[in-house]
Amino acid sequence: MKSWVLLVSVAFALAGCGGGDTGSGDGKLTIYSGREEALVAPLIEQFEEASGVDAEVRYGESAELAATIAEEGDNTPADVFFAQDPGSLGAVESEGLLAELPEDVLERVGERYRDSDGRWVGTSGRVRVIAYNTDEVPEQEVPESVFELTEPKWKGKVGIAPTNGSFQAFVTAMRLTAGEDKTRMWLEAMKANGAKLYEKNTPILEAVAAGEIQLGLVNHYYLSLVKEESPEAPIANSYLSSNDPGALVSVAGAAILDASEDQDTAREFVDYLLSEEGQRFYAEEADESEYPLIEGVKAKEGLPPLEEIQGPDVELGQFGPELEKTLELLNEVGLTT
Amino acid sequence: MSRATTRQARPPAALAAAGLAVVGLLTLPLVYLVLRAVTGDAWDVLVSGNLARLIWETGVLVALVTASALAVGVPLAWLVVRTDLPGSALWGTAAALPLVVPSYVAALVLLAAFGPRGLLQRILEPLGVERVPEIYGLPGAWLALTLSTYPFVFLLAASALRSLDPALEDAARGLGRSPFDAFRRVTLPVLRPSLGAGALLVALYVLSDFGAVSLMQYDSLTRAIFLQYRSLFDRTPAAVLALVLVVLTGLVLVLELRMRGRALARYQRTGTGAARRSTRVALGRWRWPALAFSSLAVGFALVVPVAVLVYWAAGRSEAVDWSWRPVVGSVGVSLAAAAVAVLATLPVAVLAVRYPSGWTTALERLSYAGNALPGIVIALALVFFAANYATPIYQTTALLVFAYVVRFFPQALAGSHSALVRVSPRLEEAARGLGRSPSAVFARVTAPLVAPGLLAGGALVFLSTMKELPATLLLRPIGFETLATEVWKYTSVASYSRAALPALVLIVVSAPIVYLLGVRSGSETGPPG
Repeated sequence: MKSWVLLVSVAFALAGCGGGDTGSGDGKLTIYSGREEALVAPLIEQFEEASGVDAEVRYGESAELAATIAEEGDNTPADVFFAQDPGSLGAVESEGLLAELPEDVLERVGERYRDSDGRWVGTSGRVRVIAYNTDEVPEQEVPESVFELTEPKWKGKVGIAPTNGSFQAFVTAMRLTAGEDKTRMWLEAMKANGAKLYEKNTPILEAVAAGEIQLGLVNHYYLSLVKEESPEAPIANSYLSSNDPGALVSVAGAAILDASEDQDTAREFVDYLLSEEGQRFYAEEADESEYPLIEGVKAKEGLPPLEEIQGPDVELGQFGPELEKTLELLNEVGLTT
Repeated sequence: MSRATTRQARPPAALAAAGLAVVGLLTLPLVYLVLRAVTGDAWDVLVSGNLARLIWETGVLVALVTASALAVGVPLAWLVVRTDLPGSALWGTAAALPLVVPSYVAALVLLAAFGPRGLLQRILEPLGVERVPEIYGLPGAWLALTLSTYPFVFLLAASALRSLDPALEDAARGLGRSPFDAFRRVTLPVLRPSLGAGALLVALYVLSDFGAVSLMQYDSLTRAIFLQYRSLFDRTPAAVLALVLVVLTGLVLVLELRMRGRALARYQRTGTGAARRSTRVALGRWRWPALAFSSLAVGFALVVPVAVLVYWAAGRSEAVDWSWRPVVGSVGVSLAAAAVAVLATLPVAVLAVRYPSGWTTALERLSYAGNALPGIVIALALVFFAANYATPIYQTTALLVFAYVVRFFPQALAGSHSALVRVSPRLEEAARGLGRSPSAVFARVTAPLVAPGLLAGGALVFLSTMKELPATLLLRPIGFETLATEVWKYTSVASYSRAALPALVLIVVSAPIVYLLGVRSGSETGPPG
């Protein structure tokens, strides 16, 4: 039994080594980040250097962190929520836990890319594209509209991720612009055309690169991640025509928690994300190639300008209540199950 | 009958209180689910046409994986513990190790190896093989989960075999039975409580798993629960669906209880066996099939994943950042969780085994309730309670260890329970009769007899904690890293070459501990002769 006692004490001593402290209002900034550590840690370091603020970051999945903040309520240690998608931000907002952002910060990005009540703001953009296998499909044959994907030519050759938030956001955009019926018909036709289902964006890209499928509906910036891992992969992005619902432009964004005792530092961080320096990160430093959202900062070389893409005319801030209907539709068509 | 007298005895108040306190804490996730389910209005998810199908598909997967985990785990355990299989210590360690491979990684690796256009197909391509059999769906989920769960059966069966009274099998042999016949007619029935416990852990694991089913595109209840969190950000329907999972768990628990052998008292041993070594069965010409079987199981479950991980890691040209902190973090919390979990099981197991009655059995069964819940549900429950009612410990290592104990308690209990069942209370009574105090009896008589079982349970908790992710992400102190969070950090950006190293380290670091906990503790059975 003595060895057990020793083991337990050693274990706790070891476990204690990695410990940090918690709580807001201690001059430190606590960020809950649903954005991947490998992508945004350098950006947060830049901020720490520029501001002298000590930032502590809890990394996790956006939706799970949103649920965590909802459970913590007013006791949340988080000052800022830095999320992958408008949905997660909207979920925390609907719990009444977000503070209003200053007008001058909000105004730096277009109205489509922020919350209509001013409680979250987009910090970088991503575009829905068709990723294609460059060995199997010549560039000019890649469809310019998602509606072409239901043609017999693509039978069994297209990958989608119906259980993934980014695909669902695109279907929501389609419902809002092309209408409920047309969307249902498209989804049914996709299913009938043998669309292959994947868990999320990266497995689709890997399947395209491997030749398991030829086309995949994904967010544009995963390509650079896959290319970084295997530069030789025969895969490229093809942008859809500008008014196609498939060309949805979505954002990652940030919000300040109402319960934060350090509102000023939190604002300083969000302000930095939307400063020229913070936005240039996406244009220059970042491994992945997301779009900066403020005027005057250009996207990375090789990306078509955001103004050209346009995408369907929808406001991301309005998506919240629509998501449930989208999921219902996907369910009825039988794509999420 | 001594069983009749023990049944009438009332447990000491302190023991009962300890058992109640432990199980009370373990049911926090259930309390949370009920709270969430009643405060919102989402009961309509129950009437959707999909639910029946989801339950069916989940049930099919649970049944298939449990059956195959038994089919792999039991023969392996017997070969390693009771036969002269060459290199049995090595096999013993290797066979338990797949437990540290997160099921998400296992599925990822299987897809890379056996998926369409995977490594296997590329190897076979020159031979004219155009397409390998479809792995997505049931086959892939079944395979991935069997490989991740058979070690539950293996470890518990091996520990039971080690503390088995060799006289039983020898007697059967003496009566002219063949080794295999003796195993089937004598050993197998004695193993039943351990096999039941192992099968239960497998079933609960499959019920709660998300990693494998999501990558393999198999539609189970957990996928539906995740869809509610991830797509709708809605905790209420997720809670209702999770309660369905709890009901399913209840069914599995009842089923296991009914299938458990009734006449356990017959198999209780009266000595530690230290005085008498059991001989190992000589395999003779069966050695080669036995080796082939072991190689096949360990090959799929451990060698293939390690090979793919090495292949990924080797594909990286740039240097990889290396730090010992995640290693120290993982090993520290996992050892702590294993120790605390084993200690916490003692009152519950002693109550259920030594004072069997309606309420002690119910108490023990109740402690399983949370184990079939996906980690995210348990994590959110503890976030809710700790952030609001226990702020000082929120996001501390102590709470994290507590979360692991809540998640993996049944694994430790499986070890403690099946070990205690095999110790005859008469032995303890004799020691009491010689004037020893109850705690002295436990330390001097019971503990040495149950040690292999406790260690096996502890090993299970240790290995499960090493790979735990959802609760770790939400409850760890900020900046606290484990190997599992490192793997996640890189797989989340599709950087498999960088994820491979922490995944390999996870396996390598766990190996000596598995050896110490699982294999060495059984050394008293010793080699033949």
